[in-house]
Amino acid sequence: MTMILDVALGMAEVAAVKRSGADMAVVAEVRKVDRDQRQTVGLPFVEAPRMICREVNVYYGDKHAIKNVSIDVGKNEVLAMIGPSGCGKSTFLRCLNRMNDTVAGCRVTGDILLDDLNIYDRKVDVVPLRARVGMVFQKPNPFPKSIFDNVAYGPKIHGLAASRAELQDIVESSLQKAGLWDEVSDRLDQPGTGLSGGQQQRLCIARAIAVRPEVILMDEPCSALDPIATATVEDLITELKAQYTIVIVTHNMQQAARVSQRTAYFHLGDLVEVGSTDRIFTNPRHQLTEDYITGRFG
Amino acid sequence: MSLPLLVTLILLLSSLTYWLGCRRAFMLARQSLSGKLHSRPYYYGVLAGLWCGLPSLAVVVVWHLAAEPLLIRMAMDGVAAAKGISSPDQANLLVNDLRNLVAGTMMAHKVDPLIQAAADQYLGMRRISDLALATVALSTALAGACLLLKRIRPTLRARNQVERVIKVVLTLCSTLAVFITIGIVLSVLLESIRFFQQVSPTDFLFGFKWSPQMAIRADQTGSSGSFGAIPVLVGTFLISGIAMVIAVPLGLMSAIYLSEYAGARFRAAVKPLLEILAGVPTVVYGFFAALVVAPAIKDLGAMVGLPVASESALAAGLVMGIMIIPFVSSLSDDVINAVPQSLRDGSYGLGATKSETIKLVILPAALPGIVGSILLAVSRAIGETMIVVMAAGMAANLTFNPFKAATTVTVQIVTLLVGDQEFDSPKTLAAFALGLLLFIVTLALNVIALYVVRKYREEYE
Repeated sequence: MTMILDVALGMAEVAAVKRSGADMAVVAEVRKVDRDQRQTVGLPFVEAPRMICREVNVYYGDKHAIKNVSIDVGKNEVLAMIGPSGCGKSTFLRCLNRMNDTVAGCRVTGDILLDDLNIYDRKVDVVPLRARVGMVFQKPNPFPKSIFDNVAYGPKIHGLAASRAELQDIVESSLQKAGLWDEVSDRLDQPGTGLSGGQQQRLCIARAIAVRPEVILMDEPCSALDPIATATVEDLITELKAQYTIVIVTHNMQQAARVSQRTAYFHLGDLVEVGSTDRIFTNPRHQLTEDYITGRFG
Repeated sequence: MSLPLLVTLILLLSSLTYWLGCRRAFMLARQSLSGKLHSRPYYYGVLAGLWCGLPSLAVVVVWHLAAEPLLIRMAMDGVAAAKGISSPDQANLLVNDLRNLVAGTMMAHKVDPLIQAAADQYLGMRRISDLALATVALSTALAGACLLLKRIRPTLRARNQVERVIKVVLTLCSTLAVFITIGIVLSVLLESIRFFQQVSPTDFLFGFKWSPQMAIRADQTGSSGSFGAIPVLVGTFLISGIAMVIAVPLGLMSAIYLSEYAGARFRAAVKPLLEILAGVPTVVYGFFAALVVAPAIKDLGAMVGLPVASESALAAGLVMGIMIIPFVSSLSDDVINAVPQSLRDGSYGLGATKSETIKLVILPAALPGIVGSILLAVSRAIGETMIVVMAAGMAANLTFNPFKAATTVTVQIVTLLVGDQEFDSPKTLAAFALGLLLFIVTLALNVIALYVVRKYREEYE
């Protein structure tokens, strides 16, 4: 009796394995086709990268937001990420310092390396990582504190200053690098929220560089600013390039053309094309890229 | 015609006018060739209804206010002359008799025939007056309705007029609360002034003994009462202080947990449960304090060798603290949740840990709301009566020892005003003085807290 049962169970198992094996073959084939279609055009990889991203996938619940993206971020370059709304460029940017960890239901697979450190390794703590990869957000978000305290926030929590004088030095040099010192040096004790939009955004940049990051991520940093403030921030980005690696997401193609050395074009979660900014804007190779930068959609 | 019937009629009439006005306006809107109506059609209806109802209701109100005293005076004229009464007090007594007779609350066989005659005369005149009122009011209503229905044409600026009326109504509503507050303050203030005419304010404010007993007869021996408010105030602050020591940390920490750490499901379940604590009647808290907490504290004290009274300030304060936890936790939770996510992102983006973000960014940004919630809790604690009556006793001891019985301002007010009262004795009037003191203290607390909030406020957009 039991023998019969065993045999029956065994047969069922074999059948199950066969079925799943067949399914797996199909899945592998689909993936292969997908990869062929989703091959990134251009030069996603560079000689001496600061960050290396390989086969990065992001899921929000069931939604597949970033599909198998591989790209390098070079040292001291400005990499611009462009693409229509909802293409995943901001999501990808937020992977680079694990800001997506704060989003419920968000899952990231693949490898992202900062120098030699795999930032999604289980042993890596996000807190020091985010100190190395700073971030500037779409809407200026100064803390409701004084201008001084806004910039001093990061150095204080990371213990970068041993004394008050040292802290003051850090604040001053950060504000100077952000091009804000001359405008606010006489009112450092005033609230940061009282500044104009452009000043607030530069304050946020000063706040980010006060932590001495290696990479600065900027998520549409000028979308809430007027043209004059935008020009100031763009000049600042160009200056910061000498010391930092910058990844900037922008909706504004002219801005990408002005500030970046390399440009990556995203479309519906795919990284479609990467290349030097000059080449992308003068001679796009992929049809989608061409359609986007010539304004056929977006 | 009786008053309710008259008012109902007027309201019906103005509804009818509203309907007629609307119909006429819609008709105009459809056939109007020379441009459109100035306002939406129903504004014309509302305006017509207002013109019909408001003046005639005003007539009713004014008439009622004016006619009653006039009628009584006319009826009493003969009586006072016949009885040869000159003093107003006696005249008032007679007027009261008349009123009672008219209302039917006086025994018929005891009635003075003169008064009876006056009452009959009064009733007759009132019938005439009511009839006249009905005629005048209804004709006012009809006149208003006709006047406006005739004036309905596309150029009539109906919306502006209706909105002016609405604005007046809104203004009245918003100032009502202010006037009521002023009224309450004045009533307390006036009685307190009478108290301070008999007891010196310095004795009241700085006296160390509270024993509000008065000799009832002049020859009676015994105390003349001492009205030093210090022990009562100290009791209030002691018990409220214990309550705040319990409620503020517990409430604030649960708010931080609920808003920053807890999952959405847990929060959705726990927050209403916490808020139930605020919904439990204070009497229930009172006997919980008196029957469970106070004996437990007493036993605990006995175990470690501390003398604890069976009614202790600690028991009352503990239970009161539990009661006001939801005021702190629920409101603070809402305020913390209202801090924009962008501030959290900004902090995390700089490599701050969660606890640094909460301590350095979120709590300072939420401070005004948190202080507001604590203030609400303090005023609840200071005003709380039932728990203290049941758990802390009524003895006005001047003590800072939480293990002894204590009393609060509100409890003393209750004991002073329960039972027989004489409003010329300082014993009863002391209640009003205590009320005034409490009012001033809570007001001062509010002002101080507002100042603190304004000074340390960190405003986000």
